[in-house]
Amino acid sequence: MKTYEEINRKIASKTAVVMNAEEIIDYVEKKGLDKAAEEVDVVTTATFGPMCSSGCFLNFGHSSPKIRITEAWLDDVLVYSGIAAVDAFLGATQLRHNDPANMYYPGDFRFGGAHVIEKLVRGERVQLFALSYGTDEYPCKELRTYITIDDLNQAQMVNPRNCYQNYNIAVNCSDRSIYTYFGHLKPNMQNLCYCSAGQLSPLLNDPYYKTIGIGTRIWLAGSQGHIYAEGTQHSPDCLRSENGVPREGAGTLSLTADMKKMDPEYVRAVSLKGYGVSLSLGIGIPIPILNKEILKSTTVRDRDIYAPLIDYSSDYPLATGRILTEYNYESLKSGEVEYNGKKIEVGSISSYSKALKIANRLKEEISIGSFTLAEPHTPLPVAGSMNRMKIQQER
Amino acid sequence: MITRKYLLKFPEKAVGKPLIYHLVKDYDLTVNIYRAKIDPDDIGYMVLDVSGRESDIERAKIFFDENEIIVTETMNGMRWDKERCVSCGTCITHCPSNALYIVDRKTMEVSFNNEKCIECMNCISHCPFKACSSIFNSSISE
Repeated sequence: MKTYEEINRKIASKTAVVMNAEEIIDYVEKKGLDKAAEEVDVVTTATFGPMCSSGCFLNFGHSSPKIRITEAWLDDVLVYSGIAAVDAFLGATQLRHNDPANMYYPGDFRFGGAHVIEKLVRGERVQLFALSYGTDEYPCKELRTYITIDDLNQAQMVNPRNCYQNYNIAVNCSDRSIYTYFGHLKPNMQNLCYCSAGQLSPLLNDPYYKTIGIGTRIWLAGSQGHIYAEGTQHSPDCLRSENGVPREGAGTLSLTADMKKMDPEYVRAVSLKGYGVSLSLGIGIPIPILNKEILKSTTVRDRDIYAPLIDYSSDYPLATGRILTEYNYESLKSGEVEYNGKKIEVGSISSYSKALKIANRLKEEISIGSFTLAEPHTPLPVAGSMNRMKIQQER
Repeated sequence: MITRKYLLKFPEKAVGKPLIYHLVKDYDLTVNIYRAKIDPDDIGYMVLDVSGRESDIERAKIFFDENEIIVTETMNGMRWDKERCVSCGTCITHCPSNALYIVDRKTMEVSFNNEKCIECMNCISHCPFKACSSIFNSSISE
């Protein structure tokens, strides 16, 4: 048994034993759970993939004369201005003004909020265009200028839903191509696509949220941030394997971090043909090895983690809940799976290799004492599920 | 009999000439064109395989030279930007020749083998990160 304080003392003295969630599997197998639990202090987990529910609060600073912004655009992408004078929220999936979307199906969605976020993190200039109705103390009614992230007083990434514990595998059972947030799914189940870092993924290594909770310090694209709430659609009541690992979406996290400190390698806009714009993010979360049960959970392997195969041509859009079958991540990573005797080619939209790089970077930062652990002040809910929207006919 | 893959760059003034005819007729070469863009107002490109005797291929290269056609052996029309690629693997099921492939199933890193690329350009619209572009479709690579 170890405490957060003990582990942090070891981190401060650069003597903490840190391993990534892939290395720990063989290590525990070799050393045994008891011995390894004594030796290892932290296991690093990570993920990299598109996370639509992402965005940032920006403060532009006051102009002279002052403006109380009511509508604003960054590089022609609308930002939400229904907050204080020169504050705004830029959402990842917002399209650029006049983007034809799916008017000429499937649309290209070349530029949107995520691209503006990527440009800001890269230190590039973006155009701010702002309007107002004008007030006595904020007389300016219109302005156009160019800004970089350094000009902003604050740029806070605030993401209501990141790090899905597990995720669907998408396939297309219809006889025409479909274009989804999983990319192009060819007709008649020719290809499928998954999205998870599997054995490296944070919440798959802590299935009942014993260490990952509200207040946990996290690595969000290189910037040290924290978990500020359970993520939207957090649904811990789900189908789980004997090892406790969810066999479907399940838990999610709300994350925040200072965007000014982010590394552009891990903040990447994506254009998904026929679907829209999203933001791929790199996230690392340390798991303190407080006891051997926590360590045991971090030894989960790709072959022990299952995800549901869902038909994105009918069952997903109609929310029928039908699951065609399940595959584990080991078989998915082989590049080909079988369904009813038919071979299906496997693609993915999350990046295992980037996740591995992040897990190793976080390991390095903890080893040199620059990243310490924060104990959660409130645990994430371990029960509950999502409500469906009810379409009411009467007021 | 050997096969070489070439990227040919055509100056505007070479556009009107039946060059491929000469490769077949005068140099006894088998030609397999992957993609070509010949534009009277602009520089043109062609990516092709030529198969034949090495000496004939060398003679054909002199013929290209005489017509001011620039021959590149190590490049093709497709460009894969290693920095933009995040190795997500979305492209893998959309690349018919496995030119885009997973190097190692343990790390799941993606790489590009331009020898295998057939210039189909399928990857360009399928890459969410705009890591793929082509000289044949420069408007899409921003």
